[in-house]
Amino acid sequence: MAELSMLIEPVYIVTIFFFIIGMQRMSHPLTARSGIVWAGAAMLIATLVTFFSPNLTNLMLIAIAIVIGGGFGYIAAKRVAMTDMPQMIALYNGMGGGAAAGISAVALLGTTTTVTGTLAVIGGLIGAVSFSGSLIAFFKLQGWMRSKPITFPGQKIVNMAVLVIAIVCGVFVVIQPSWVPLSVATYLPLFFILSLSFGFLMTFPIGGADMPVVISMYNAFTGLAVALDGFSFASPNYAMVVAGIIVGAAGSLLTLQMAKAMNRSLSNVFFGAFGATEKEGAEINGSMKSIETDDVAVLLAYAEKVIIAPGYGLAVAQAQQKVKELTDLLESKGVHVTFAIHPVAGRMPGHMNVLLAEAGVAYDHLFDRDEINPEFPSTDVVLVIGANDVVNPAAHRQGSPLFGMPILDVEQAKNVIVLKRGQGKGFAGIENDLFYRDNTRMLYGDAKDMVGKLVQAVKRY
Amino acid sequence: MTDIPTFWTAVYLVMLAAFTGYVVISRVPSILHTPLMSGSNFIHGIVLVGAMIALGLATTALEQAIGFIAVILGAANATGGYVVTERILQMFDRSGKKPGKEV
Repeated sequence: MAELSMLIEPVYIVTIFFFIIGMQRMSHPLTARSGIVWAGAAMLIATLVTFFSPNLTNLMLIAIAIVIGGGFGYIAAKRVAMTDMPQMIALYNGMGGGAAAGISAVALLGTTTTVTGTLAVIGGLIGAVSFSGSLIAFFKLQGWMRSKPITFPGQKIVNMAVLVIAIVCGVFVVIQPSWVPLSVATYLPLFFILSLSFGFLMTFPIGGADMPVVISMYNAFTGLAVALDGFSFASPNYAMVVAGIIVGAAGSLLTLQMAKAMNRSLSNVFFGAFGATEKEGAEINGSMKSIETDDVAVLLAYAEKVIIAPGYGLAVAQAQQKVKELTDLLESKGVHVTFAIHPVAGRMPGHMNVLLAEAGVAYDHLFDRDEINPEFPSTDVVLVIGANDVVNPAAHRQGSPLFGMPILDVEQAKNVIVLKRGQGKGFAGIENDLFYRDNTRMLYGDAKDMVGKLVQAVKRY
Repeated sequence: MTDIPTFWTAVYLVMLAAFTGYVVISRVPSILHTPLMSGSNFIHGIVLVGAMIALGLATTALEQAIGFIAVILGAANATGGYVVTERILQMFDRSGKKPGKEV
């Protein structure tokens, strides 16, 4: 196998080249689909050529583990509903972090120098935090755990203490001063247990509304951990280093962009305990007024200009096809229909665009928040489908936890119809002033059913 | 990694890779944020390669056990990340508008 091992570095270089081409293509709508194929092909050849690494043993075990992990990853990802994609990203990202922590553990159990040991410890810490943190994000989005922030007294102090002790243990693993009471055999497991605990603790107080930002950040974390682990081997694995750093940098930038879209600073996301502080300062005047489908149908059929503002409820109900039908129907009646897409509507940036694109709604019907906000005052009907926090005018009110978040100013339209499953609050757990406005009517029901009924009703007018 | 030239080579490498990641993602329309997050999630699936080497060089039973789990996790990251990204990007295909067969 000695000859084949000479192929490893060239193949890794090709891999990285393909990864970059793939990401480049994924960043343009028209070429996006081919991007993942480039990256996938690269991953395949990199995996195959790694079997020829010098001195590699346990080949059978490696193959079995790949079949188990790969099989699970493939089947789970194929079976899961499109709406659950965000938590699947969290889950697979966590697994990557766990793998990175495992590599660090194996490296630290063997012989390391001060430099490789230090890098393995840092990689292990970040990987373990990404693993446990992503798992909590997955549980919260999957509904296996309350999505509300989980807080307890003295939380910040406990969290900091856990992190500091983890780092101290990590230091003792690498350099073993003679005065230290216990052996590496004690510090190493302790280091990983504390790192994992810190990931849990750090994610508990973060509310569901902030999860996309958190997942994106853990994605960057895993990238960084993978890069650091690339240095933990006797001869550095530059494929891991370069790919990991690319993901780390791209992921960090993406995280900042997403946080900016929600007008949340990262420290706010991690230490703000979103929603927990709301004492409901300003009381809301008025009451919620419901409306029947027929009345909505009349409003829509005789409107000149209609804007649809979709949110997570649309995704949950899989209502995108019905919405497309309604759009086509209204347009055939001469109604001007457009979509107002808030950057963080749904659970991920672009979530709505993806769903509507799936249903065949043309790109030129979709408008960003900044583009469409001036349009609302001249709009007859805004149909809010399963969106809540992104249309909450409380964002304009000082003292509200949402204050400062850029929203869709739907309340400026002549009529606002809010299609909603029930009277509950949004993901941020904050009461929505919009529902109590004089020009707002509530249409309760499953988004798919109700839009279907609207289609039938509009046909009659 | 112990000698000075290797260290500085690594610094160059890290700097250029970071710049690449930054440039690739900096001018991206917001509709592609989710697929790109998913795509970069797939790319750090390269951790599989490291896990394979870690398991392949493992000598003790403990190292083998940890390495085995790491390979499982890494392989799931790579294949799952690929399928999720592929499914998300499928929706961007304008030619194949298949009516609501999704779920």
